[in-house]
Amino acid sequence: MMAFDSFADFLAMGGHAPYVWSSWGITFLLLIVAVLHARFERRQLLTTLRRRVRREQARHQPVASQAPLNTAQGGGNHDPQA
Amino acid sequence: MWAFIHKLGSPKWFYRISAKLQPWFWVAAAGLIVTGSLWGLAFAPADYQQGNSFRILYVHVPAAFLAQSIFVSMAIAGLVYMVWKIKVADMAAAVMAPLGAAMTFISLFSGAVWGVPTWGTWWMWDARLTSMLILLFLYLGVIALRGAFTSRDSASRAASVLAMVGVINIPIIKYSVDWWYTLHQPATFTITSRPAMPTEMWLPLLLMVLGFYSFFIALTLMRTRSEILRRESNKRWVRELVEEGQ
Repeated sequence: MMAFDSFADFLAMGGHAPYVWSSWGITFLLLIVAVLHARFERRQLLTTLRRRVRREQARHQPVASQAPLNTAQGGGNHDPQA
Repeated sequence: MWAFIHKLGSPKWFYRISAKLQPWFWVAAAGLIVTGSLWGLAFAPADYQQGNSFRILYVHVPAAFLAQSIFVSMAIAGLVYMVWKIKVADMAAAVMAPLGAAMTFISLFSGAVWGVPTWGTWWMWDARLTSMLILLFLYLGVIALRGAFTSRDSASRAASVLAMVGVINIPIIKYSVDWWYTLHQPATFTITSRPAMPTEMWLPLLLMVLGFYSFFIALTLMRTRSEILRRESNKRWVRELVEEGQ
């Protein structure tokens, strides 16, 4: 059994709309931000780690690393050692 | 039992087992929170005194529970790290703190907003509210302390000590409504007696509480995995993992 007669009634929350929806809104906002942050953190970390592994592999193969193609692949971060 | 704990302390093993556990907690969190929200917002009957403002309960109480439970978890993790030098415990403690602070903020914010129609004020310096505010500062303190050291080991130890000392505040929060005169109502759920509200009101609350706990576990597993990769990035198993493309 729904506690409200209509959707408009549901939104109005019997006159308590600002209190109810601001509390629920901030709660869900923070939960969503937490999930997005965790995903962003993981992806960024994996990208950094992959780039590092690639750079180290390039260092072990000096001939290949001198090819300009490889610099392009490494993305902005050019290693002067390679 | 000890072998299990020892294995749990190994980052590599933790990374593997948490990958298997994590999806279940995400599914449980999503299912429980969606069901609990719809039920609590649209189907639970309005309170005979507070009307519909009582629906704030369904986010306020789970957030307040979690705020306190996360601090206790952090203190336990700190103790485990200090006594047994288990690094995974410290990593978990580190990633928990921001969620704990967020939950404390939610419970304070929703409580203040709820206070306006119910008590006629959004803030009172009473025992429950003040001790929750102290909890928020303790979280911020733990987070700041971690960032204040250049040595990771010192940062971890300092944060562990602050968590272990600060946990004193938790029983104060819990019993504040019994020890002092306060506007805040006493505990909604107790182990010894049935809740003083009808089933169709507290059942959705139970779902929300369980959902928030699942969310906390899922997020902590996920972020601890990231923290493991970050701190163990020079270990061979992490390199192999990255080379394999995951």
